[in-house]
Amino acid sequence: MSATGHEHEDEHAHHHKQTFVTKYIFSQDHKMISKQYIITGLIMGIVGIAMSLMFRMQLAWPGESFPLFEVLLGKWAPDGLMDADMYLALVTIHGTIMVFFVLTAGLSGTFSNLLIPLQIGARDMASGFLNMLSYWLFFISAVIMLCSLFVEAGPASAGWTVYPPLSALPMAQSGSGMGMTLWLVSMAIFIASSLLGSLNYIVTVLNLRTKGMSMTRLPLTIWTFLVTAIIGVVSFPVLLSAALLLIMDRSFGTSFFLSDIFIQGEVLHYQGGSPVLFEHLFWFLGHPEVYIVILPAMGIVSEIMATNARKPIFGYRAMIASIIAIAFLSTIVWGHHMFISGMNPFLGSVFTFTTLLIAIPSAVKAFNWITTLWKGNLQLNPAMLFSIGFVSTFISGGLTGIILGDSTLDINVHDTYFVVAHFHLVMGISALYGLLAGIYHWFPKMFEGKMMNKNLGYVHFWITAVCAYGVFFPMHFVGMAGVPRRYYENTAFPLFDELTDVNILITVFALIAGAAQLIFLYNFISSIFYGKKGPLNPWKSTTLEWTAPHEHIHGNWPGEIPHVHRWPYDYSKTYENGEYIIPGQDFVPQDVPLQDNEEELQH
Amino acid sequence: MTTLLTLAVLILVAIAIWQMTKIFELSQINAENSQVANDSDNKTNGYLLFAFLIFIYGITIFSFYKYSKFLLPEAASEHGAEYDQLMVVSFVIIFIVQTITQALLHYFGFKYRGEKGKKALFYADNHMLELIWTIIPVIVLAGLILWGLYTWTNIMDVNDDDDPLIVELYAQQFSWTARYGGSDNVLGEANVRMIDIDHANVLGLDESDPNATDDVIVKELHLPVGRKVNFKFRSQDVLHSAYMPHFRAQMNCVPGMTTEFSFVPTITTTEMRLKPEVVDKVKRTNIIRAEKAANGEPNSDPWEFDFILLCNKICGKSHYNMQMKIVVETEEEYNKWMASQKTFSQTLIK
Repeated sequence: MSATGHEHEDEHAHHHKQTFVTKYIFSQDHKMISKQYIITGLIMGIVGIAMSLMFRMQLAWPGESFPLFEVLLGKWAPDGLMDADMYLALVTIHGTIMVFFVLTAGLSGTFSNLLIPLQIGARDMASGFLNMLSYWLFFISAVIMLCSLFVEAGPASAGWTVYPPLSALPMAQSGSGMGMTLWLVSMAIFIASSLLGSLNYIVTVLNLRTKGMSMTRLPLTIWTFLVTAIIGVVSFPVLLSAALLLIMDRSFGTSFFLSDIFIQGEVLHYQGGSPVLFEHLFWFLGHPEVYIVILPAMGIVSEIMATNARKPIFGYRAMIASIIAIAFLSTIVWGHHMFISGMNPFLGSVFTFTTLLIAIPSAVKAFNWITTLWKGNLQLNPAMLFSIGFVSTFISGGLTGIILGDSTLDINVHDTYFVVAHFHLVMGISALYGLLAGIYHWFPKMFEGKMMNKNLGYVHFWITAVCAYGVFFPMHFVGMAGVPRRYYENTAFPLFDELTDVNILITVFALIAGAAQLIFLYNFISSIFYGKKGPLNPWKSTTLEWTAPHEHIHGNWPGEIPHVHRWPYDYSKTYENGEYIIPGQDFVPQDVPLQDNEEELQH
Repeated sequence: MTTLLTLAVLILVAIAIWQMTKIFELSQINAENSQVANDSDNKTNGYLLFAFLIFIYGITIFSFYKYSKFLLPEAASEHGAEYDQLMVVSFVIIFIVQTITQALLHYFGFKYRGEKGKKALFYADNHMLELIWTIIPVIVLAGLILWGLYTWTNIMDVNDDDDPLIVELYAQQFSWTARYGGSDNVLGEANVRMIDIDHANVLGLDESDPNATDDVIVKELHLPVGRKVNFKFRSQDVLHSAYMPHFRAQMNCVPGMTTEFSFVPTITTTEMRLKPEVVDKVKRTNIIRAEKAANGEPNSDPWEFDFILLCNKICGKSHYNMQMKIVVETEEEYNKWMASQKTFSQTLIK
């Protein structure tokens, strides 16, 4: 950077001559950073999904030899037979990558960066430098995570929750050596990145809104990004503390989480620590984390639904209230992951209460989305289909949360495939749908007006939607039959013999779903290079980002920043005589002043 | 199985063909080549949304029809009956909500698919509606919470009433050990620091504790039917979870602390083997195992139903094979079995 720095010192501040390095690599422009996030996120997504397909194959056909395994896993799959340690490693890294690198950074990082300045009417983020730093820390943590896959003794394999003592003792598991060290280092850097990003988002939303953009005129996307960033700032530091204490236990002989351990013929010196403490610290982030993942998806879906239904989002203020309620409750429910951890049962009662409370704002949101569709004029673009799919999987997955959130019922389904099915539907698949919906919808904004192919989008959506249910619906039954998760194979229990057929069905659906994502990848990449430019505002949306020109310029708008005169959901608004506010146009952009005799409805 | 797969593939192929013909159709008629949905896209996808609703119902019915028999048999513990009841009620509620909301969502997607010139209704809020769908979940959830908490408090109240049998379940990578209090029904003091392999003191019992001398350490858990059992859980290395699905019981084993769970077994192993659903399950499983045996595959011995204790918290490489057999029997059978076991002091190598 320093080599190129002097070249544009004497240039005017607003007309930087960009070199390749400052434009594409160490860019401080939020639009470029959002592209960096999405591309890194998608690459991590490919790795994460490929891993899931491999362990699904192992589950469906245990003991079967796949040459593919030997090619990809090398010594961890001698003769194409997957090693049991490698199975656990794949499960662990799949979870870590999908939750943190794809659905946190890839979703929130991409769309917060792209949309916050453009939708609130700002020239850029509050601090472009911190924003750049945030991306590059994320990049470094992603690289370290990927490097950990190549460690001699294997990558971290204690599950994505890395509960000690398993994760703390290399004697307990080979992956808990160098692999776990790299995992912890990577996560520590990731947390730093996430904090820098979140602080930036909060400051930008609070301070840089254009004239007229009051908090109750913000699109719901911005509301969710803001609240997500706040939860991140509140809870990620706690994970950092957990990681640091774990690092100390591992490397410096402290006993925060360890006590009374006898392993491989000797008693270890650790005394007085408690693994339950780690569980508390981990889930204090871990639970809000699922809302960090799902809230931005909710915002994206709300926005896309309103636009494509050509209707205002139903219950705008109720939506904001639910977002805040969910965010607040999300920080006081972590104990529902620990009902049977040995924690005091009375605490379990409290957490059951708070957990089931979350169902209320979630239900309000679901009903509001459904009502938004009612009597709309639905433009079924791929983004809209993914949004409808989101509501569908969010309901299906969310409802089983009533079982898992109930401490009594949790006893027998805890850590079984029932849990796996539940959280994949409600936060995995749903958040992925949110991510995909966002990409289809804002692709033109990200890539200077180019559009993705809609027909490939339709094929992608329908195959994915069918397969998602095909994978996760039958999985509930596997869990209800008592099959624990993270089992390398179920053949040790005759009890589970007859479930092999279900596992094969699930894996076949998963493989088809994985293949369908290739259609998306092809569409995404080819559209970047060969996509046809569409109109400036292809979805006829009201929000400010569509008033900015196709070309990405520093500062987003060539002239003055547009001012805002109305809320973002004036779709199909009419005068009393039934005429649209703007004749012949069923939407009124936010920067259009109130017309004569037009009433500003207090929503 | 093949029918299953064919069905899955057929659905997908049908969709793929549908889409492909559409792409072809579009490339014929529509020369404008816009990537924004037009009326024909809306129509196709509107119908597909409706078809998708049928698919969701279909896969639900299919799964229930095919997979219900895989679910765990009748609970073999006292609290298990109440657990199952709460589970059924919760599921009924869930399926009512699921059926209605998915229907509304997809039907609206189909019914209100876009057409050029159609006017959407500007409908931004309605406090009455929002109130209704806030209040209904509040009431339903309040009921579930109260019932759940009541049951939870009962289950988790581990006390010494009714002369419970005291049993320790001891977890280590990758096996389970059970320890009974012996004739005094009191467990001797123990800590992993007192493990002495040379003395065959593998659970770390305090050799000087008189309560420990009559403790009985076994590798197969026997429980008398109808008597309350208070379990104490310990782990010597990493987290494990003692999962006894047939009894609707589970508790983590945490190194450095003792955790507890309590239940009353109500059905003996012999009785359970005679339950029709278990007989059917064993029959189905043994057909599969006979096939395996014919192909010379492992894990193909004929199976007889047994209660089982599994590890349900990731604990390392052989996590998937950490199990112990549980035998529930009559008081007499239990006493007879117990009498044949050696006490700790008898097994100790001095």
